[in-house]
Amino acid sequence: MPFACIYVPNFPIAAALRAEPELQAHPLAILEGKPPLEKVIAVNAHAEHLTITPGMTKTQAELCSELVLRARSALQESSAHAALLDCAQSFSPCVEDAACDTVLLDLAGMESLFGSLNKISRAIFDRAAALGLKTNIAIASNPDAALLAARGFSGVTVIPAGKEAEHLGSLPVEVLFSDRLEDEEKKSANCLLETLARWGIRNLRALAALPIVALSERLGQQGLHLQKLARGAVARTLVPIEAPLIFEEAVELEHPIVLLEPLAFLLNRLLEQLCARLGSRALATQELRLTLELSNLTGIDDESVNTGIPSENDTVDSNKNLWGQPLSAARQSEAPLAHSRHPKFTRKLNLPLPMLDAKVFLKLLQLDLNAHPPGAPIMKIHLAAEPARPRSAQGGLFLPPSPEPEKLELTLARIAGIVGEHKVGALELLDTHHPEGFRMRRFVAEVARKIPPKKTPDAAEAQSAVTALRRFRPPLRANVTLENGQPAYLVCRRKDVQGDVLWKAGPWRFSGDWWEREAWSRDEWDLALRNGETVSFYRLVHDLLGGGWFVEGTYD
Amino acid sequence: MFSAVVSTSAALGRPFVFEDEADGEMRSLPGTRQVPEEALVGTAALSRPVEGSSTIWEALQSTIKNQQSRIPPARVTSASRLEVRPAPEMVSSGIPALDSLTGGLPRGCLTEICGPASSGRTTVLLAALAAATRRGEYCAVIDASDALDPHSAAASGIDLDRLLWVRCGEDSPQRDRDTEEKEKEKQKRGCPISRAPFARESGNFVQAKFNFDAKENMARENVSRQSEHRLEQVLRATDLLLESGGFGLIVLDLSDLPSQSARRIPLTTWFRFRRAVEHKPTILLAIEQHPIAGSCSTLLLQLGTQNDSEEATQRTQIANPTHANLLDGLNVHAELSRSRIDRKPAHSVAFATKTAWAG
Repeated sequence: MPFACIYVPNFPIAAALRAEPELQAHPLAILEGKPPLEKVIAVNAHAEHLTITPGMTKTQAELCSELVLRARSALQESSAHAALLDCAQSFSPCVEDAACDTVLLDLAGMESLFGSLNKISRAIFDRAAALGLKTNIAIASNPDAALLAARGFSGVTVIPAGKEAEHLGSLPVEVLFSDRLEDEEKKSANCLLETLARWGIRNLRALAALPIVALSERLGQQGLHLQKLARGAVARTLVPIEAPLIFEEAVELEHPIVLLEPLAFLLNRLLEQLCARLGSRALATQELRLTLELSNLTGIDDESVNTGIPSENDTVDSNKNLWGQPLSAARQSEAPLAHSRHPKFTRKLNLPLPMLDAKVFLKLLQLDLNAHPPGAPIMKIHLAAEPARPRSAQGGLFLPPSPEPEKLELTLARIAGIVGEHKVGALELLDTHHPEGFRMRRFVAEVARKIPPKKTPDAAEAQSAVTALRRFRPPLRANVTLENGQPAYLVCRRKDVQGDVLWKAGPWRFSGDWWEREAWSRDEWDLALRNGETVSFYRLVHDLLGGGWFVEGTYD
Repeated sequence: MFSAVVSTSAALGRPFVFEDEADGEMRSLPGTRQVPEEALVGTAALSRPVEGSSTIWEALQSTIKNQQSRIPPARVTSASRLEVRPAPEMVSSGIPALDSLTGGLPRGCLTEICGPASSGRTTVLLAALAAATRRGEYCAVIDASDALDPHSAAASGIDLDRLLWVRCGEDSPQRDRDTEEKEKEKQKRGCPISRAPFARESGNFVQAKFNFDAKENMARENVSRQSEHRLEQVLRATDLLLESGGFGLIVLDLSDLPSQSARRIPLTTWFRFRRAVEHKPTILLAIEQHPIAGSCSTLLLQLGTQNDSEEATQRTQIANPTHANLLDGLNVHAELSRSRIDRKPAHSVAFATKTAWAG
């Protein structure tokens, strides 16, 4: 039964590079500790060339001008670990979370799905690279042999069954112990390594060749276990975990962001990572939550939560800051300090259908933030996606075209920026007799929506030629001269809607909502007025509760 | 003796060469087109110079010669060889009488329907929307004056789930910001009326008259500004929807916009719209008071009520008491003013519409 191990060497560096891929070509060192006692805990190969080593103080490291220093970020490391788990889960449901940088997975039965073991290992390597992680992959017949091989060999390694000892023999004995041991374990590991070094045992082949009884007498059960590991003969079952479907990415900033453009740059990176993770699990998202931790410069309450659909013009002004003002003006108008230390600003992006397109998400977030700026410099960005099953719709050859959901969503967001948030969408009639008894709702174009059943052409077309009313919004207030209680002459703000009443029908009385505060009662008249050389028909309304006459619309 | 220029395109200065006219000499010298110098005499650009400037003239000629020899000639297909554009697909407008007049509404083309108030424009619009949604298409209405009546739409048989309604109006975010900025500027500068020196110096009557005129002007300016703003929203939304694609019918409802404002839409905009829908299965329909798209529209329908005054007189004669009257519909007269589609149908038809309550 084959097992695979995915190991991320130099995990703090890998997590930092995943968050900032542009640092790949620079010497990089990760610092940990409280200032001013910060020490280098990890360096990349470029930094090693500059003789920067773990354990150096920050002051010593700063002597190298080319070196990029980054503080260790728990957020980045947890995101990288989650990505590692997603990568493993995309290949096998049986995954053991061995350490933050190591994941073991059971590959039993996977060959029929993904091909030979070599192909599987290569696919895992590529998938991890797509998620921004440079990994070592090893496949062996038992989990511990795979783990040792992944720690010891870089790249992809496949150990055939029964040849574990032969392949592992060349590895140094240090691979038996993890880099991330706690204090007590580290001491005992160092003690063991020192003993083995005194015996002249440098690699696993030498350890595997030691006589069992003599080793047991000197090192006890621990020694025997180490020897079994070195021979690749430890058989155990995996302890599988069920990774929760939490898709979150975060970035903590050293310097606060003020402009929308750099924010969009960071959001793009986070969105790409999120989409890659969702894609690896064959999922999409229907809801994005953006939480921004703000600097406490302005008078913002603890948490200002806004929800809504994105709605702004797509021309994001990069010179405009997050207050929605020009930069200079914003600096002048900074409010007194807030009481809260780190106010949060949350935006929720609800999508009509599950989507998985980082570019679309970025544009929607940009439009949304342009319409609703956070109001203060940003210290931390947290982005979470609610997973959903990707939509599945089969287009037909003979179905009429429909707008692409992603494109349509962007278009609607842009139009909402032009005409207003609640002035674009689909109509929904309400169960009322009120003349304006409708509301706007989100317009969704589903490919799979059923086409209404065809009526006979005559019946359908007879229904279509219905005289339509064009409404004046708001209704036009009119002065009406009455004769025998009936409108005889009408004067209105609009010059084309006034004159003698040529013909009239009514009154038709309507009322409703008398049990509410906003009760209404009205008399409706249909009138014909002369409009130049033509005659036009209007609906005149007498408001019985509020008084007054209104021209509500024209029949057209 | 030969000169080097035939004609030049305005943008690039590339000589146009018709494939049929290319002679053997020219083929032997690719990149040049030579005609007798006499042919050029009299052209405005290269006419003979006045005395004393012959050196400059020769230098100019040689420069043009050099440039022409470097630029390859643009091949222009002669008109006789141009591809014939295929006839657009026609779909039902939802009103059989109109279909018999026009053959339906053409896909990938701009159709204009114009007429005064109560001429049946909105009825035709709703009928077209209903027909499109019955075919399973998605439709969009860009409503310049926010005049669509949802109940009429539902009564017409439109599938409301397939209709995108863009309500252009005043309270857009962009508008709010612009207004705020303008008000701030105004406050800084102060009121122009109060600053006018003659307004302070004149008597009360003059002051009152001036204020009245100013109010009227302001009201007129407001209306004009509102129309312009709505128009801008309509055009931007239309551009976005055309770019988005996937809609079977896109309607620009400009019926209530003043003619002066509607005519301000540049012809280039209509040309752009026409190009945007070309080769797409989208019908672009514009509803307005007067035709404004010029030659960009493929179909132009003029609507009016039939014998308006007679109808009103008849209604007046019949009427009394008023609650016994019923507006049961309109008699619409449709005239085909222009059609680029090769059809020779009747030029006008009449049809009747029915109100929802007429049964």
